[in-house]
Amino acid sequence: MSGSTSSAPTGGLATSVLSGPGPFTPTVFHVSDRAQEAPDVVTLALKNDGGAPFSFQPGQFNMLTAFGVGEVPISVSSSPGAGPLLHTVREVGPVTRALCQASVGTRVGVRGPFGTDWGLASFAQADAIIVGGGIGLAPLRGAIEQLIETTGLPSGPRRVVVLAGARRPDQLIFKEDLAAWATAGAEVAITVDVAEEGWMGHVGVVTELVPQMTFDPRRVMALVCGPEVMMRFTVQALIERGVLPTSIRLRVSLERNMQCGTGLCGHCQLGPYILCRGGPVVTYPEASRLLHEAEL
Amino acid sequence: MTLGPYGPLGSALVSGVMAAIIGFDGLDGLIGSLKARGYRTMGPVASGGAISIRELKSAADLPRGWEDEQAPGTYRLHQTASPDLFNWAVGAGSLKAEVFPPRSIIWQAKAPGYEVEEISDDVPPVAVVGARPCDLAGLRVLDRALGSPPVTDPAYRRRRDAVVLVAVECSRPASTCFCVSMGTGPSASEGFDLALTELGGGYYLARAGSKIGKELLEGLSQRRARREDFARRTELLARAASHMGRSVDQHGLPEMLVRNLSNPLWDEVAKQCLVCGNCTAVCPTCFCSNFEDRTDLSGTVQRERTWASCADLAYSYVHGGPVRASIKSRYRQWVTHKFSWWWDQFGTSGCVGCGRCITWCPAGIDVTEEIAALRASDNAGETHGEAHLQ
Ligand SMILES: Cc1cc2nc3c(=O)[nH]c(=O)nc-3n(C[C@H](O)[C@H](O)[C@H](O)COP(=O)(O)OP(=O)(O)OC[C@H]3O[C@@H](n4cnc5c(N)ncnc54)[C@H](O)[C@@H]3O)c2cc1C
Ligand code: SF4
Ligand code: SF4
Ligand code: FES
Repeated sequence: MSGSTSSAPTGGLATSVLSGPGPFTPTVFHVSDRAQEAPDVVTLALKNDGGAPFSFQPGQFNMLTAFGVGEVPISVSSSPGAGPLLHTVREVGPVTRALCQASVGTRVGVRGPFGTDWGLASFAQADAIIVGGGIGLAPLRGAIEQLIETTGLPSGPRRVVVLAGARRPDQLIFKEDLAAWATAGAEVAITVDVAEEGWMGHVGVVTELVPQMTFDPRRVMALVCGPEVMMRFTVQALIERGVLPTSIRLRVSLERNMQCGTGLCGHCQLGPYILCRGGPVVTYPEASRLLHEAEL
Repeated sequence: MTLGPYGPLGSALVSGVMAAIIGFDGLDGLIGSLKARGYRTMGPVASGGAISIRELKSAADLPRGWEDEQAPGTYRLHQTASPDLFNWAVGAGSLKAEVFPPRSIIWQAKAPGYEVEEISDDVPPVAVVGARPCDLAGLRVLDRALGSPPVTDPAYRRRRDAVVLVAVECSRPASTCFCVSMGTGPSASEGFDLALTELGGGYYLARAGSKIGKELLEGLSQRRARREDFARRTELLARAASHMGRSVDQHGLPEMLVRNLSNPLWDEVAKQCLVCGNCTAVCPTCFCSNFEDRTDLSGTVQRERTWASCADLAYSYVHGGPVRASIKSRYRQWVTHKFSWWWDQFGTSGCVGCGRCITWCPAGIDVTEEIAALRASDNAGETHGEAHLQ
């Protein structure tokens, strides 16, 4: 008395296939230009033949695939607009090594943009302080360019202060950009942990630069990116200058293992956060309450 | 019509979809009819000393007379003379594997152009006979983690939309079960196409919960369900609920855990935890995955997705080392994610009370006991939390 088969399955696999590329499928770009920033850092310009311009906000990241090696999260280091799409990569392991070795013409997979941005809309009439340590300057580069462009406009900041730190002089990235930003009116200060022969600039950690910069603590919007300790000490220095520790005008960018960028793989969790979605940019009060607990 | 404390029969019934009594031949007819409709029909079989979910040929494959005994770190199956087919609680396998395969290829691309070609799985739609209420709840949790906007996992959605679920309510829970305290069992009130209750003597109360469930039921040899059949169901479920071996006090639980992130009790459990990842593998709601690339000799790259576990050291790896290096931090991630942060991320508990992680833990760690110990310490006013996190 087996059942009758009066109708086909209501939902067969064939009938419910979703259209368009899936969330894990990269678009193939190619390297259109490359620049060696430091011995272990390369900036890649990526181009999508015939593809639409890539739209994003500074602070967001892409998942970049070095075909045959793997996929890693890398921040966009250009500013939105007409110029090429840039990513600045430090070689620390297999995937970043392959990316740093990519020559012009090499195919690179791109998925994104993902995550929160620096929220530059809230910078109107602020004193913008941007602090980058090492490769941490990469996700800040687009924001700095956009802030400098809008300085003095009603929607833009009143002033832009850039503090850049590197371990050694030869590891400093964006050297030409730093000079150009100063020429364009930003107050730029650079420091290295360890000097080398010929280095005329400041020696010490980046936080030591905070006291000597010109800004009004009540109008500060600060963006900080670098190792977690560096971010903590930088914010501490700002607080000592009178910036409120509870201010959501202090923003940092956090790093966790990220394998999907879409909130589906789970790896980037930090307490209640799924950082590829709710981060990487978070307010400092949020970050500090989460980073306070070791190994969360 | 409601059934005492076990809720309505499902809104579907109210709108006229039927319930009926079927026998073993009806069950066999159901399996045959699912197969005839093109479903790969899966269900419980007694195999290798455990209840596993396998492809069914007929109702004769169902585990007649088999009963399980479960305890922390222990699972035993034994044969009885009972004619009942469903006298066991969940085995290690859950519905998760049917909608989220442990290993899949997402795309492939060939050198040198690397045009990316998506690989979509062309498996036939799956029907599962014998899904437990906690497993239905587990799917609802996965629906939120993988199957919902802002980004929906397409492979999950495809399999999930196609799956037909024939649930079987629980009349003999294991000592490790705590679905009552999680509000997920032992009755099934939503999320099924058909729900069966094994009334004994080879009879099953079948309730339809969807259009296809109704169609399936209409095609089976059956008799009308009477008042006493429903009364028998109520009685069986009440008995099952009162035989629940364990419980987790839900009151203020997410906040209690966050208050106790630094409680030294985490160090105690870390001394026993082997960080083997069994708990996350058997959990019906753990959804984490790894993505890895493989290249063959012809230069074809394939991106492979596999289940991941927060128990693994590599899970949290960033350049410079793992974020969660200590065993304590990894066990804590699992418990706090399941019972606390899941609420922030997905608006539900990440635990459905199936007890699998207790049974399949080689060290016999019992999450209900660990939570109770934290609760007792918290009640004693020993504050170990981070004021920062409250
Ligand atoms: C939001 C975000 C933005 C970033 N932006 C930049 C940037 O602009 N420039 C830059 O140079 N670096 C950036 N990073 C760091 C960069 O992603 C890691 O350095 C990179 O993943 C290391 O991979 P690897 O294979 O080269 O090295 P290894 O450290 O040896 O990694 C080996 C393997 O571990 C895994 N792994 C290691 N770290 C990560 C990670 N963070 N996420 C996922 N998997 C990981 C990968 O599977 C990798 O293949 C960013 C990280 C995040 C989270
Ligand atoms: S945490 Fe344990 S009891 Fe809860 S759903 Fe997962 S396996 Fe089942
Ligand atoms: S408990 Fe661990 S493996 Fe399971 S979903 Fe959460 S982070 Fe992923
Ligand atoms: S990177 Fe996969 S969930 Fe965030």
